[in-house]
Amino acid sequence: MRICIVDYGVGNLFSVEKAFQYFDAEVNVSEDADVIASHDALILPGVGSFQAGMDGLRIRGLIDVVQKHVAEEKPLLGICLGAQLLLTNGKEFGEHRGLDIIHGDVLHFPALADNRKTPHIGWNTIEPASQKDWKGTILDNLPDHPEMYFVHSYILQPNGNKAVLASTEYGGCTFPSVIRKGNVYGCQFHPEKSGKHGLQIIQNFLNIK
Amino acid sequence: MKKIRIIPRLDIKGPNIVKGIHMEGLKVIGNPPEIARRYYDAGADELLYMDIVASLYGRGINVELVKSVAREIFIPLTVGGGIQSIHDINNVLHAGADKVAINTFAVGHPEMLQDAVRQFGSQCIVLSIEAKKSPAGTWEVYTDGGREHTGLDVVEWAKKGLSFGIGEILITSVDNDGTRKGYDNELIQALELISPVPVIACGGAGSMDSVKSVLQQNAIDGIAMATALHYADYSIHDLKKYLYDANFPIRI
Repeated sequence: MRICIVDYGVGNLFSVEKAFQYFDAEVNVSEDADVIASHDALILPGVGSFQAGMDGLRIRGLIDVVQKHVAEEKPLLGICLGAQLLLTNGKEFGEHRGLDIIHGDVLHFPALADNRKTPHIGWNTIEPASQKDWKGTILDNLPDHPEMYFVHSYILQPNGNKAVLASTEYGGCTFPSVIRKGNVYGCQFHPEKSGKHGLQIIQNFLNIK
Repeated sequence: MKKIRIIPRLDIKGPNIVKGIHMEGLKVIGNPPEIARRYYDAGADELLYMDIVASLYGRGINVELVKSVAREIFIPLTVGGGIQSIHDINNVLHAGADKVAINTFAVGHPEMLQDAVRQFGSQCIVLSIEAKKSPAGTWEVYTDGGREHTGLDVVEWAKKGLSFGIGEILITSVDNDGTRKGYDNELIQALELISPVPVIACGGAGSMDSVKSVLQQNAIDGIAMATALHYADYSIHDLKKYLYDANFPIRI
């Protein structure tokens, strides 16, 4: 599987790249529409605001490329902001249109219990949501209650529970931490920073048929 | 539930990891990427990489060395030492850091913290404070690896940093650094009381019990430590098991 990390100008890609290189994957980084379109699987990384992310894709002419890739049922993994962009609308500093690959919104955390602050930063567990079993998904072969590394203030809110593969609790709020539609996955946490369990997710993604 | 982070601290001088007592009398511990890998494998939750002479000699951080460490680990990495500009922060982030820790330059140019937060977000900017106890019973801010005193009160300086939007405070007791006599609980508590952002305690970790004690007495997000790990008093895995068994939220 030839992997392309989509460079749309938000955040550093070194960590994501080395996580794929760890498995000797053929991985390239590109902001060029034609180069990106020539790959089997895409990674949408990113740190920053929803609007900056969509603007970054738009000015490089990458929105169509990503949507076409998904329409062909090829694998895509969105990480953090990259996962949020998969939804219909981002409600951060106004309302912004997303890629609309999975229907739903991106919202700020509600008021949290126990004086918990946003951003939510640190290690937290992910738990099964819409399906009891993660078999055959990118969460296959993980132990119970695996811990992942999170850094975010906004949460994924797909319409209905079906797209929610895993959820996480913080300050009394249970939010989707992994969303899925077919071969498209979005992780709110950073698998490339989540130790061996994060690496397991990367490896599972590389094994998608 | 969010977990308490156990963070090995790598003090870097030239190509080596070093460690001293009260930040002086540095001894070479070993090769940075090799030791980073060992701590990652043993279950570290994050690594702290501090170039402890960059500020003193007024030179930039060795980005290639940061990269060589980042390449070995798949956990968050915080990098500090000699950070003086937005440009420096960018370089370190591109080398694989997730956060930067700023001390010396911020003391002379506090507005820099605000610029850094605006540019990279508060989650990226750690205020690193080196503290020495004064005869009056308060703490004074030190810079340049615990060498230069500033006249600033630690708690007041922390409040100023917080007003600029910094996302985390790393508090190092220069008095306890390298001594294994335990953390300076009063210092940690003084900061924990005023800080709405995570506080990471550093300086003095000795026995596993001394680590448990600082966590019992303070609602802090993490502890950083060096000497006890470098000299293999116990492993990170042993420490985490010990704290987990004592019912602290720990990632095993």
